[in-house]
Amino acid sequence: MKEFITFIQQLINGLSLGSVYALMALGYTMVYGIAKMLNFAHGDIIMVGAYTVSIVCSIAGFSPMAAVLASIVVCTALGVTIEKIAYKPLRNASPLAVLITAIGVSYFLQSVALLIFGSKARKVQSVLNLESVKIGGVDLSGVALVIIFITILIMILLTLFIKCTKVGKAMLAVSEDRGAAQLMGINVNATISMTFAIGSALAAIAGVLFVSSYGYVDPYTGALPGIKTFVAAVIGGIGSIPGAMFGGIVLGIIESLSKAYISTDLADAIVFGVLIVVLLFKPAGMLGKKKITKV
Amino acid sequence: MENKKSILFAIIAIVIFIALFTLVEMGLLSRQYMGLLVPICVNIILAVSLNLIVGFLGELSLGHAGFMSIGAYAGCLFTVYANLPPFIEIPLALIIGGLVAALFGFIIGIPALRLRGDYLAIVTLGFGEIVRSVLNSLKIVGGSGGLKGINSGMHKSDYYIVAYIVVIITILVISNFINSRHGRAVKAIRDNVIAAESVGINVVYYKILGFVIAAFFAGMAGVLYGHNIGILKPATFDFNKSIEILVMVIMGSMGNIPGSIIAAIILTVLPEALRFLQDYRMLIYAVALILIMLFSSNPTLIEFRKKIFGKKEKGGK
Repeated sequence: MKEFITFIQQLINGLSLGSVYALMALGYTMVYGIAKMLNFAHGDIIMVGAYTVSIVCSIAGFSPMAAVLASIVVCTALGVTIEKIAYKPLRNASPLAVLITAIGVSYFLQSVALLIFGSKARKVQSVLNLESVKIGGVDLSGVALVIIFITILIMILLTLFIKCTKVGKAMLAVSEDRGAAQLMGINVNATISMTFAIGSALAAIAGVLFVSSYGYVDPYTGALPGIKTFVAAVIGGIGSIPGAMFGGIVLGIIESLSKAYISTDLADAIVFGVLIVVLLFKPAGMLGKKKITKV
Repeated sequence: MENKKSILFAIIAIVIFIALFTLVEMGLLSRQYMGLLVPICVNIILAVSLNLIVGFLGELSLGHAGFMSIGAYAGCLFTVYANLPPFIEIPLALIIGGLVAALFGFIIGIPALRLRGDYLAIVTLGFGEIVRSVLNSLKIVGGSGGLKGINSGMHKSDYYIVAYIVVIITILVISNFINSRHGRAVKAIRDNVIAAESVGINVVYYKILGFVIAAFFAGMAGVLYGHNIGILKPATFDFNKSIEILVMVIMGSMGNIPGSIIAAIILTVLPEALRFLQDYRMLIYAVALILIMLFSSNPTLIEFRKKIFGKKEKGGK
């Protein structure tokens, strides 16, 4: 019985970690689906969001809610600026060039953060202060439950936004066929900027939730989660919103179970191993559509 | 034409060798620069071999440090446990390191058949991370504390010669490969997979071959590195190392071997010469990556570049 309770607790931990991954993966998958590029700097936007929260909370002494809003504003502005300066000039360049630029942007953000804040980890006050709940002997952390709830809420809102609004439909059109969308009078550049704005705002929220459960931030906070998030998006099938959600949660559960039962050191190796296996058998991901190349 | 080129290459190689040899023997190089000779060789090998994947095969590999670490551990474990005379041991270690790395290159080459571009880049990245965390948790190789007590058993100046010979072999093999029938097939795959396949090029074979050759040399570079430094730590071979090699390839311009060599030398010597800029190194790399990509791929900026350097570029061609 005791083992069962630990298992359930690990499962809930995994679900909460997975929800954060899912939030980040939503941003990745939207940008990939619409701009057809891998935004390597997505993880580092999360880091910037976390630093913003930490600074606003400690220096300015604002309330946590104000800090969250500030972080969303900063990240959105940053995401759109990066898109304008670094990615927009390469709209028709080879995918390799865009990918390398994105890696450059990621390193740029990391090294700027390193120069400003130093390599020492900085403490972040948790935005969420909640008691844990006990249900049938299982200790459920309040933060974990709130994270899961927020993620589900955001996913529903995002799906509604894309299905029901004009901007959302424009995004779908651009992701299906950029040229045809342009002919129909859709402003492709504005749509792509909008995608970056939404993706970065989601990254900001994910960043806040991520550091709420970890409690500190350093310049490399975003790097590995950023990569793992991409893994989540790929496992779920990149470009698909339910896929990102599914992939994120699967990844979170795998990671937390392997940390608990196999080895902390090997958890990352297992995550990437799963990615390679999934891609070998389903190159388009679990929920992705298979693309046929026409000659 | 080809003959002239190879004669020129041989002359350059011998001249550089004699120049370096006299400098080292006469003690004209400062300790600091002597210490850089092997790292320069290691980086040249890494950059040239990664260029084969990125520049000629047209796939982005973000796990080159993974191949390097596998080779390094395999080769160094061999020298730690086998007690042979150094002049037999080191070449054997180099070959073992290269072969083990090549085996992993083959394994990574298999997903490369089904995946392209971004997906493949992430698989190679994941591969690098897997290698690092497995090495971190393996007790036989010392875990995160590192594999200690690696000794080449050679005199320093003999070891420089070994490193130099490996560099020459790498450059010769890879540039000959690229100019051969196989190399042309590899370039055809990069330019258009479907067209290459339809004229009967075996895409599967050449893609794996590219990864195997690149991994082999990266493994040798790892062995050289390990015997020079004496201790191997998994943390050295992280994602940043892979990116550093990639920066060398990009700065030397993709698909250009002399470029990779020059960039590798500059990027090894420069951080030592500009110690005071140490903190800004990664920032400079990042900005350089972005600017190089913008200036080489954006139509308006290409025009701008041609206006400024127009005459030179025309003269060059």
